[in-house]
Amino acid sequence: MAQPAPNLTISDEVAVQISSMNKWYGEFHVLRDINLTVYKGERIVICGPSGSGKSTLIRCINRLEEHQKGDIVVDGVPLTNDLKKIDEVRREVGMVFQHFNLFPHLTVLENLTLAPIWVRKMPKKEAEEAAMKYLTRVKIPEQALKYPGQLSGGQQQRVAIARSLCMNPKIMLFDEPTSALDPEMIKEVLEVMVDLAQSGMTMLCVTHEMGFAKQVANRVIFMDQGQIIEQNSPNEFFTNPKSERTKLFLSQILH
Amino acid sequence: MAKPTDDIAYVRATEAPLLPAPPGMVGIQGWVRGNLFYSPLSSIATIVFGSFFLWLIIGTLQWAVVSAVWTGSDREACLVEGSGACWPFVTAKFAQWIYGFYPIDQRWRVNLFFLLSVAGLIPMLMPQVPYKLWNAAFLVGVLPLVTLVLLTGGNFDFSMLSYVAVLAVVAVCAALTLGWSWLQGEGIELAGLRNWVIVGAVVLAGMLFLDMDFGLVPVETSQWGGLLVTLVVSATGIVASLPLGIVLALGRRSDMPVVKTFSVVFIEVWRGVPLITVLFMASVMLPLFLPPGTSFDKLLRALVGVGLFSAAYMAEVVRGGLQAIPKGQYEGAMALGLSYWQTMGKIILPQALKISIPNIVGNFISLFKDTTLVSIIGLFDLLGIVRAGLKDSIWSAPSVVPTGYFSLALMFWIFCFGMSRYAIYTERRLHTGHKR
Repeated sequence: MAQPAPNLTISDEVAVQISSMNKWYGEFHVLRDINLTVYKGERIVICGPSGSGKSTLIRCINRLEEHQKGDIVVDGVPLTNDLKKIDEVRREVGMVFQHFNLFPHLTVLENLTLAPIWVRKMPKKEAEEAAMKYLTRVKIPEQALKYPGQLSGGQQQRVAIARSLCMNPKIMLFDEPTSALDPEMIKEVLEVMVDLAQSGMTMLCVTHEMGFAKQVANRVIFMDQGQIIEQNSPNEFFTNPKSERTKLFLSQILH
Repeated sequence: MAKPTDDIAYVRATEAPLLPAPPGMVGIQGWVRGNLFYSPLSSIATIVFGSFFLWLIIGTLQWAVVSAVWTGSDREACLVEGSGACWPFVTAKFAQWIYGFYPIDQRWRVNLFFLLSVAGLIPMLMPQVPYKLWNAAFLVGVLPLVTLVLLTGGNFDFSMLSYVAVLAVVAVCAALTLGWSWLQGEGIELAGLRNWVIVGAVVLAGMLFLDMDFGLVPVETSQWGGLLVTLVVSATGIVASLPLGIVLALGRRSDMPVVKTFSVVFIEVWRGVPLITVLFMASVMLPLFLPPGTSFDKLLRALVGVGLFSAAYMAEVVRGGLQAIPKGQYEGAMALGLSYWQTMGKIILPQALKISIPNIVGNFISLFKDTTLVSIIGLFDLLGIVRAGLKDSIWSAPSVVPTGYFSLALMFWIFCFGMSRYAIYTERRLHTGHKR
């Protein structure tokens, strides 16, 4: 059953402003005329069929992908070719990947403290204390000294979330965080994400976990063929979709 | 009539017992059966290769130990009919194999060099010993300078002009970097200035050290030889090739066209030329291009040639490692806000170099053996000195030649096998991937 999204305050300050953004891969037009304003405290779920450009869209927000036309402004910083601005944005935007992208040659604790120490210039001891705090928050403090290869997929993804949180990001991007996990492990990762959402973090999640969307999202965006087709509150989106394409998509994923 | 599918409901009521493995699967018996005689073909292979190795080992021991000559002062001792290896020859020549024609009363300097190298290398190779950074600084910073002074005698007599020139280069570099950060609008950082002052001071100290007269008798590099030359050439090649190779490999994958082109051209030119040609060019052709009167030391030219040559190979090995690192590692690092050099230094290179260890050490080993080629340009490395000893008429006996080459092979093998084992040990130590 659809639960209403918890009543969290959404500020009228803009976190991400995307206007008339277009992106091409060579000749292929992957993102077409994207307009999206994300306010601070929003929890947005982006869904759509594979190849619809949803991952590319959120990867543009921290400039893992370059856009060719239009503007993206993240927390007041416009994304251009200016490397300093890009680094500034990346410091403030955390990202969680489908395949975790943990650093296998470092222990869990080192994975978490690397960026705070080298990017934020935080003293090692302070960084380790913060890391342990976040590991406790994702419920695996006892794994701190292990290597990522020794953990299960669900644990690795929780480490990846904690790693992003260690940078104290203002915005979190999730790129299909549960798609590479065994069914038994999806729940433990989603629980961490729900907890994060309820703490008021601005989140953009590409996911097919519709239960998660219903539980925490305040807005669901449906994309197809590089365009935003429809966006609405989760209740309206799931019970009363407007576009034919959305109805077809929902009928295929909701059994 | 009941169909067989009628009764499909089943619930396990008791745990199935955990039984020990059947006999013949574990223990020595299991190992022999599982590895040596698990099929008719494997049994035949085991017997054929086993008897071949037995024959080889017995034959070698027969020649090298049982029927070998152990004492004697000249060829007479080794001329006995049916005798094996001629070990007195090795005893007589061994010091020369180690030191070459280094003056006998000065050999303590070579010994001191060996001692210092071992003293620096052993703690470096033991992971549990701390202060790795200082240790490495000693090995690549202090040791080469000390070695240079120790083995050549030092007292290089730099002109005032060369001091001024070197300091000017440092000053220009400092001005360029500081000017660049000033143009970027970051202001002049005092920390940057301090770093350049330290660089200048270190360079100056090094030059003064080389310039100083320690009262050592000068020894020309043409008098060096044997294991000393082999170790100096290969150590220089190894120490120079890894950092240069890493820089070239990163350059080849760079987005900057100029850097990329330079790296590709450098790598392909050096890889496209045989080492012998490089050495000939260094010893014969290079002087033609230099103004008359300037002369570079022959050993030094060989060192530069070997160093650049092996750097080109190393670059390709490192590039192979870099290519094996998944794109996600770069993205993970970039998404955390790490800069290019932080990403490379902390995330990509540690993993890429770890994957490349077998190939890097393979390169080291082949470089170590390739140093024998310097005997072609008249440097008496280990091979050169052994061959020179074989021509000695006092020791002209049929068994002397195989004895000499056997000892030579054994010495090379000990070094190469040591490197190979250490590499395997390192690989295991760094393995964090999927041990559960």
